[in-house]
Amino acid sequence: MNALYALFAVVVLVLLAFLGVSAAGLQVVFGVIVPYAAVSVFLIGIVYRVLKWATIPVPFRITTVCGQQKSLPWIKSSPLESPPNGLWTAARMALEVLAFRSLFRNTSISLASDDKAPGGKRIVYSANFFLWLGAIAFHYCFLVILLRHFRFFTEPVVFFVPLVQVLDGFFQVGAPVVYMTGLIILGALGYLLFRRFANPQVRYISLAADYFPLFLLLGIVISGILMRYFLKVDVVKAKELTMGLIGFHPVVPDGIGSLFYIHLFLVSALVVYFPFSKLMHMGGVFLSPTRNLSNDSRARRHVNPWNYPVHVHTYEEWEEEYRDKIEAAGIPLDKG
Amino acid sequence: MLRDLLSRKRARIVEKWFDVILETYPEDTSKFLKKGKDPFANPVRHTILQGVEGVYDALLKEGQSPEALNDFLDKVIRIRAVQDFSPSQALAFVFSLKGVIREVLGKEIRENHLHDQLLLLETRIDALALRAFDVYMGCREEIYELRVSEVKRMREQALRLLERTDRVFQKRKEDEDAPSRDS
Amino acid sequence: MSSEELDIKPEDLLKFDYDPPKQDWMDPSVAFRKGTYCYSCAPKHLEYLEMANPREWQPHDKDWKLPENWKEIVFEGMRDRLSKYRSFQLFMDICVRCGACADKCHFFIGSGDPKNMPVLRAELLRSVYRNDFTAVGKILGKLAGGRELTEDVIKEWFYYFYQCTECRRCSVFCPYGIDTAEITMMARELLNLLGLNITWALEPAANCQRTGNHLGIQPHTFKDSLEFFQDEIEDITGVKVNLPISKKGADVLFVTPSGDYFADPGTFTLMGYMMLFHEIGLDYTWSPYASEGGNFGLFNSHELMKQLNAKIYAEAKRLGVKWILGGECGHMWRVVNQYMDTMNGPADFLEEPVSPITGTKFENAKSTKMVHIAEFTADLMKHNKVKLDPSRNDSLRVTFHDSCNPSRAMGLLEEPRHVLKSVCNHFYEMPENTIREQTYCCAGGAGLGTDENMEMRMRGGFPRGNALRHVQEKHDVNRLACVCAIDRATLIPLADYWAPGVVVTGVHELVGNALVMKGEKERELDMRGDPLNEMEGDEDV
Repeated sequence: MNALYALFAVVVLVLLAFLGVSAAGLQVVFGVIVPYAAVSVFLIGIVYRVLKWATIPVPFRITTVCGQQKSLPWIKSSPLESPPNGLWTAARMALEVLAFRSLFRNTSISLASDDKAPGGKRIVYSANFFLWLGAIAFHYCFLVILLRHFRFFTEPVVFFVPLVQVLDGFFQVGAPVVYMTGLIILGALGYLLFRRFANPQVRYISLAADYFPLFLLLGIVISGILMRYFLKVDVVKAKELTMGLIGFHPVVPDGIGSLFYIHLFLVSALVVYFPFSKLMHMGGVFLSPTRNLSNDSRARRHVNPWNYPVHVHTYEEWEEEYRDKIEAAGIPLDKG
Repeated sequence: MLRDLLSRKRARIVEKWFDVILETYPEDTSKFLKKGKDPFANPVRHTILQGVEGVYDALLKEGQSPEALNDFLDKVIRIRAVQDFSPSQALAFVFSLKGVIREVLGKEIRENHLHDQLLLLETRIDALALRAFDVYMGCREEIYELRVSEVKRMREQALRLLERTDRVFQKRKEDEDAPSRDS
Repeated sequence: MSSEELDIKPEDLLKFDYDPPKQDWMDPSVAFRKGTYCYSCAPKHLEYLEMANPREWQPHDKDWKLPENWKEIVFEGMRDRLSKYRSFQLFMDICVRCGACADKCHFFIGSGDPKNMPVLRAELLRSVYRNDFTAVGKILGKLAGGRELTEDVIKEWFYYFYQCTECRRCSVFCPYGIDTAEITMMARELLNLLGLNITWALEPAANCQRTGNHLGIQPHTFKDSLEFFQDEIEDITGVKVNLPISKKGADVLFVTPSGDYFADPGTFTLMGYMMLFHEIGLDYTWSPYASEGGNFGLFNSHELMKQLNAKIYAEAKRLGVKWILGGECGHMWRVVNQYMDTMNGPADFLEEPVSPITGTKFENAKSTKMVHIAEFTADLMKHNKVKLDPSRNDSLRVTFHDSCNPSRAMGLLEEPRHVLKSVCNHFYEMPENTIREQTYCCAGGAGLGTDENMEMRMRGGFPRGNALRHVQEKHDVNRLACVCAIDRATLIPLADYWAPGVVVTGVHELVGNALVMKGEKERELDMRGDPLNEMEGDEDV
């Protein structure tokens, strides 16, 4: 049900762009106004959210420790899992952000007996291995595709774009050359979506807000692929429009094709949605107190900015309360 | 004759039986229980599977020792006895074996006229159910014993302390009495 | 007669409420079935601690007697905490429900209750957050995963947040480090604002506030207890160990959980400490005022945690010691390692801890000035400062249970292992995905280790019990060692139920067994007063 709502929402977005451009002729709205508005919301939203998080104090150092602490010199510590200082914490974060370390911890690869397999054993990957693989494939492909798109926003094209294009089209298949990332991201998104349906635990916890970004991203990728390989749009004109946006002198060339506007509108929807949604995990991961703090709270005092005095039952009160008993037991008293 | 069939189709029957048991868990959980193969990450699957395989084999074997059978039943029931099941829900799995066997072997039984043997087998399964009841009650009683002994452990230490206080008091009194006798 | 003619279907009788209920998790529903929840705390303890809404009630009552403006209180409480704890705000915002944590909770693994999946436990709170604290939730409501706060939701919170042991295993696997323990702590604080708490978590805290320890042991009884163990040690070893109490100017203040001097088998561990300190000639002192290492405040609120923890530094200051040594305890070390210095420090009246025996500087504790006994003892053993006869533990085949907090809030993994391997010859690890940072909880932590909750404890204890059973079958393991007072109480029934025959022990009990003392008599008895090296569980031989 949640998935249907989400799918419905994306379909509505597609139709809106399609009808808006092809029937109502609102090219200016979908090509200029919406993108500008979307990017503004995105920037303001992100800054607002990150600032909001960043201004909330971190009262305690609640690192989740995943390995041996640094204690006695002869005990081998695991600085990446239990970072003893800021430098190691940065390394831990890097591993987390770049390689999804914690998610990888879920994976296990084991040998299971299987009579049919040669040697009687076969390799079994835990389901979570594919979660990690799907997640990492998606995120890196997204990054590469984003970089590739800089060719629409720079003139002359910025230096890394050709490099990325060559690498991405390494196999030189098809004309235009097929980019691997387009296919991989489609597979990865497909898997992440499939997983939400097929894995009953995940299906149980999934909200419309979990399906929506997946459908939206799929819509963006599919419309992009259609534009590049099948229903080709006029790239030169498209670039005219994007460069216009970038240079703040918007132009709306005729005859780009409504597919382009659908693509652009879905992207706009994504960036508007971004700051209000779980997609903010991208920024949040850097701020997570269980990950971005070192495990040295006994060596270096962590300060809580709102620390306040509490009602402690003091020694003096306690001694007064039990004076007779303390005396009778022969335990030294402070006030004899 | 039926016995041969049962051994030949062991894998199918045990698998089905196991599935039926797992379906008594919430849907969202049963797939996890079914899939996770690591015996330590998913001990419920591992242990219940061991249990049903053992029970099934023991059921077919003539002269199986009751203890061995109880051990296998125990594997399954010990888990279900502490989970969110009523007693009948916890033990229904024994009877569901009947349905599984009829489903898997129904055709062969009809064709080979093995109904008499089937009746005998079902009587055996009934006996199994009675055993299961014993095992279940044993587990539940254990839970209550654990509760009682936990409370007792706390009390024991208090009593030990009291006893000592008594001894110390006695000794102090003797010490106080002693000098007065001297004087 | 075929079955069609027979107009009875036997399955009908068996089928009754056989299928698990199919419903959306958003519909709150909790059946308070005895054995699966903890009882409420008596009003007198709430009154003593000046906590909200003291009254007689029980979770199985229909009317929980909430304050009239309970909703307002909860929302205000959430608002306050969202602005004070970045962890809370962030963990409410960034979960992507990837499901990586789902099968990591011992309660989920053992019970199969989907609301025990960490992500869903958090969603119980998060859904209310979304509904009332986010723009999208306010507009889209249920579609955005929002849920209205009702009394049933509160009941569900009570049930599931007092069904989390704050073990943090899920946090290890979360790609964003979302820590359910943190969410449970917030939820329990909110529940406490309405006067919803459990006796096993709160009564000890009230006791501790008043007497100095969870068990409510008063100073004279405290001394009596320690003297009792002094006598026991003398019976076993022939050595009368020294027993300094409230000794001003001692080098070290020693603090350990009260379970150690009140209930077996913690008491055997306590005797181990006393013997060790005597043998190495440590100038230390006990304190009846700070007679509790553990901190059940942690299981109720940050404020209560701070109140109770404050006594340790206060007492160290009063007695004028140089530094503090802490005994074997789990959650105590979460507090000491991650909260104490921040809450009640800086401890600038103490010195950086140095072992007076080996000269080792405990640089990892140079600010908090509190050293873990396993660090201290491992250092002694590394430098051969104590004489040991590990063969005295030869009848014991030992495995080690990493307690949640020393492993995941501290990283104390190798120190206790070094001690164990120094004092016994037969040591076996449980499977690797059940120990160290991946260790399974005893299912009785965070105030849930009470007898009325036994069924739930056994469910949650199954993953640990299963791993234990494995080494029992494979290596004949008969001892389960741990460095946690809660474990020493809760693992006993766990082992009895899931791996009968395995006996629970503290690490320093085994040290006590192996320790060769100056002037000791021929050792015939172990710390339990049983003949040395007699195989346990041999009654049927």
